[in-house]
Amino acid sequence: MTTHQSTYEPKSSAEKWLDERLPIMRMMHAQFVDYPTPRNLNYLWTFGGILTVVLGLQILTGVVLAMHYIPSATEAFDSVERIRRDVNYGWLIRNLHAVGASMFFLAVYVHLFRGLYYGSYKAPREVLWIIGVIIYLVMMATAFLGYTLPWGQMSFWGATVITNFFSAIPLVGESIVQWLWGGYAVSGVTLNRFYSLHYLLPFVLAGLVVLHIWALHVAGQNNPTGIEPQTKSETVPMSPYAVAKDFVGMAVFAILFAWFVFFVPDYLGHADNYNQANPLVTPPHIVPEWYFLPFYAILRAIPSKLGGVVAMFGAIAILAFIPWLDTSRVRSTKYRPLYRWFFWLFVFTCLALGYLGSKPAEGTYVTWARVFTFYYFAHFLIVMPIIGVIETPSKMPRSISEAVLGKKGNGVSAVSPASATAAAEKR
Amino acid sequence: MSSHAEEPTRRDFLTIAGSAFAAVGGAMALWPFIAQMNPDASTQALASVEVDLTPVKEGQAITVMWRGKPVFIRNRTPEEIQKAVATPVNDLPDPEPDNARVKKGHENWLVLVGICTHLGCIPKGQSLNDVKGDYDGWFCPCHGSHYDTSGRIRKGPAPRNLEVPTYEFVSDTKIRIG
Repeated sequence: MTTHQSTYEPKSSAEKWLDERLPIMRMMHAQFVDYPTPRNLNYLWTFGGILTVVLGLQILTGVVLAMHYIPSATEAFDSVERIRRDVNYGWLIRNLHAVGASMFFLAVYVHLFRGLYYGSYKAPREVLWIIGVIIYLVMMATAFLGYTLPWGQMSFWGATVITNFFSAIPLVGESIVQWLWGGYAVSGVTLNRFYSLHYLLPFVLAGLVVLHIWALHVAGQNNPTGIEPQTKSETVPMSPYAVAKDFVGMAVFAILFAWFVFFVPDYLGHADNYNQANPLVTPPHIVPEWYFLPFYAILRAIPSKLGGVVAMFGAIAILAFIPWLDTSRVRSTKYRPLYRWFFWLFVFTCLALGYLGSKPAEGTYVTWARVFTFYYFAHFLIVMPIIGVIETPSKMPRSISEAVLGKKGNGVSAVSPASATAAAEKR
Repeated sequence: MSSHAEEPTRRDFLTIAGSAFAAVGGAMALWPFIAQMNPDASTQALASVEVDLTPVKEGQAITVMWRGKPVFIRNRTPEEIQKAVATPVNDLPDPEPDNARVKKGHENWLVLVGICTHLGCIPKGQSLNDVKGDYDGWFCPCHGSHYDTSGRIRKGPAPRNLEVPTYEFVSDTKIRIG
């Protein structure tokens, strides 16, 4: 993929003039127009594009909201209400931003599980994967900071609980928490700095996305077979093929997005957050937003403060080590009959942890949270290394062409030898 | 370039000394940007409050604000004191006798920072109809920590007893916290 040459030809004299001074059009053309994409990508591969658009939308709506929002403990809550009621189209922009956060996580989870299923983290895509994990972490920080800004009860107490994670650190924990708060409790001072950082981090994210795409375009895209393209005929130019497919994916995603924005904008939030923050009253049942629930369940499953916090951060950190924990030689779970069961068990585990995270931490809920927390870690630390060694992969096609055309019955043998030679030449 | 690669040259020395100097300078320049986030002077100035205890009858409790945190003040009943004193200290997750948590001669007054030592929620148990947990003290609804009538952790994920702030009796019916 790295050897791919752009077919860009400057058409006008102005383009030629620019091309000699800053070949940005040439670069964009090479990376996003005639960039070769595997011809067998399915709709799960449209989520990268969807995520880029959602990030852009969050930044756009966020910048607009910042024109009307007041980051002060006394005025923040009212200013959000003013945005919803008085600002022209404020209701729309605010709903797009609030629902957009949920949609961002929904898309990122599809994207992440797609990568897990098709082994997109395996060599040579480890750095690509790790940048993805960092993006996920920064996204979580951004979402948390943003959720504090409306200064409702959930905002305030969510901020209190989450900043208190750091108080679990031995010796310096308390000082770190006071440093984060700028006081002895969460206050307006805290709100101001959270607002500043919430504005900063999306641009950090945008930078990380550029690195993510760069790493992607060096290694090339993975595909449902997990077999690298061997001939030019196994790829199609990104534009119009992949781009058109991305647009279909985005259109369908936009329908879901719009349904939430226009019909149930508060469905994914909490009613308690429409009560103004009160440092003297903790809501009876504190729950984070849905996208944090599995990690919240892990936090509460461990009967020790430090242990719970370590397990929760460990649950995210462990993702960065997957490229080395998975010992299988086969990328795609499509050809891994044994691992496939464990993959779906892992998906179920994440959903179950999400459900348990939304329930009070008592009785059987805690017991089950411990069972699923155990499997969450066991999946990476025990299942992935062992299954990779003991499993016999099912018969794999020799190439993408064979996988695609093989379904039609004929023409397989005609393609395969040619692609095999081509592959040999490339090496 | 020196022909003896393993022999350190003046240039190597200058590079190392220069980098070290830049690193120390960089760290020092960074410090104000880190320290600015610590509690500022006006926040630290709100260090002490005086509370009049006369209106608090036996069995009642009040909550006052100190440094932006709620402080629980409970006028304990003799049964509550009895229960707190009788608890074997060694059985506790954070062993501390009741008399180390109150002022001598004022054993009925229990003064606590009303913040759960787990993740900072405000435990229930201040008003009369609140859930007080399995040990008649306080109960944190966030993650289920139970505190006893001395504010000590008995059950749940919280690692420590509710903190007793620095306070003193200015007179028999007045305390100064902080």
